[in-house]
Amino acid sequence: MIRRSETDEKTAERRLGLWLCAPAALIMLLVTGWPILYSVLLSLQRYDLRFPKERAWIGLANYGAVLTDGFWWNAFWVTVLVTVVSVAIELVLGMLLALAMYRTLVARGAIRTLVLIPYGIVTVVAAYGWRYAWTPETGWLAGMLPEGSAPLTERTPALAIIILAEVWKTTPFMALLLMAGLAVVPNDLLQAASMDGATLWQRFFRVTLPLMKPAIMVALLFRTLDAFRIFDDIYVLTNGAADTSSVSVIAYHNLIGGLNLGIGSTMSVLVFLTVAVIAAAFIKGFGISTPGTQGGRR
Amino acid sequence: MEHSRGALVRWSLVDVLVVLYALVPVLWITSLSFKDPATFTDGSFIPRAWTLENYQGIFDNADFTRGLINSIGIGLIATLIAIVFGTMAAYAVARLDFPGKGALVGASLLVAMFPQISLVSPLFQIERALGLFDTWPGLILPYITFALPLTIFTLSSFLREIPWELEQAAQLDGATPFQAFRQVIVPLAMPGMVTTAILTFIFCWNDFLFAISLTSSNRARTAPATISFFTGSSQFEDPAGSICAAAVVVTIPIVIFVLFFQRRIVSGLTSGAVKG
Repeated sequence: MIRRSETDEKTAERRLGLWLCAPAALIMLLVTGWPILYSVLLSLQRYDLRFPKERAWIGLANYGAVLTDGFWWNAFWVTVLVTVVSVAIELVLGMLLALAMYRTLVARGAIRTLVLIPYGIVTVVAAYGWRYAWTPETGWLAGMLPEGSAPLTERTPALAIIILAEVWKTTPFMALLLMAGLAVVPNDLLQAASMDGATLWQRFFRVTLPLMKPAIMVALLFRTLDAFRIFDDIYVLTNGAADTSSVSVIAYHNLIGGLNLGIGSTMSVLVFLTVAVIAAAFIKGFGISTPGTQGGRR
Repeated sequence: MEHSRGALVRWSLVDVLVVLYALVPVLWITSLSFKDPATFTDGSFIPRAWTLENYQGIFDNADFTRGLINSIGIGLIATLIAIVFGTMAAYAVARLDFPGKGALVGASLLVAMFPQISLVSPLFQIERALGLFDTWPGLILPYITFALPLTIFTLSSFLREIPWELEQAAQLDGATPFQAFRQVIVPLAMPGMVTTAILTFIFCWNDFLFAISLTSSNRARTAPATISFFTGSSQFEDPAGSICAAAVVVTIPIVIFVLFFQRRIVSGLTSGAVKG
């Protein structure tokens, strides 16, 4: 008797669990799973909305066209460059900011609040702030540059400004994640190290950093994938002029500007594959335990 | 704990730096928004002639007010649905044992890492075929999808912290299971749901790529997208003043959220992303 009611309870629990998850799972499947399959199908077709009659299956020809295209590779390397440089700067700056927020003696609450502002501000709005700051005439920063320079129209300075905008916006997020990591470092361990004569630097590099490694890796993974999607900042700052398109910007222009569904979808698929490779490399290569995977219940 | 004067001064200096860092582009855009068109390009940080003209202009602009309404409506609806479905799933993940739990958590993780641009081409085509292109549901659906992983991770880590024995205790005192859940657990879970709702709303408010790709008119275009389509009233007029004023208006609700819910936002972000 008891045994049966226990198994009944188990079945009921299973059924309840499935029902509770069904809506969320269905939406995610319908809005990401199906479209990504559909974009694979579209990427195998010649399909330009301006010439709908020429629609035809062409196999991998779109991939050939994109992968031999200079604009695509330029956008790809711009994206990689912006991702690597901005995430590297954010890690260092975010760590400094996290230490400042964690250790500060004055107005700790106020500091933590203000640091969240860049996180909350609409990226497009912040990007306009930076754009006007670097535009001659309206710009206070551009005003400090030599007469006649327009940094947003030249490739290298424009890329530097794009990285600056990205770093400004997302360093607080990195800092918050790192601060959560700092909180797990036990204070008595640091004190013990200090008693043993370890300097501030030694304590940081030998005690704090190794203990924070999991938090750092997760923060890096999330920020890298996020930076690889960069779109808003570039759209507002240069809109891809002077060879500053990212993969997202170039895919957007092919689709919305060019109305070329075939090529746009091919780029979509390629971005998806790249992100999958990056994620797999982080998870396999660095052995990150991703959030949620420890599962279980209390 | 007593601190030396020197340490206090040093930390205050650090604080000032942090504050300046956080506010730089915001201060600049605010200053521009109050500048008279005549002094707009004078390069001075503080406006020499203050004016509210830019603000009057954008509120007289039907596209912008419509964009604000779209942003608020789409953001609220998407947040509400994401919270309801996300809470259900998070409860199941935190409390129940069922087949496919690992798959759900893994799928949400995949969605969290998904590059948005990869959805733009197929969604553009699917939504046009279904008649969802340039409508509220056309934006609400992708927003819910990208908000769900956030809700599931943040809330399930939050729900795990609740002492569920309280539920049993209430039942022993004669409450029905539903009463026990309603009156004991829901109030405890509320702060977590509020936190998650704020994060979700900020995410929807912030989105730009979907908003410019899946709309073609002011029917569903949200405020950030509207701003980027601003043109002056004639082709010789620079819309910069309007853009700045609109940018400040769009920023205000978020700053209010951040000021009021700072502590919760921090705990939500860190628990959602790190602890799981």
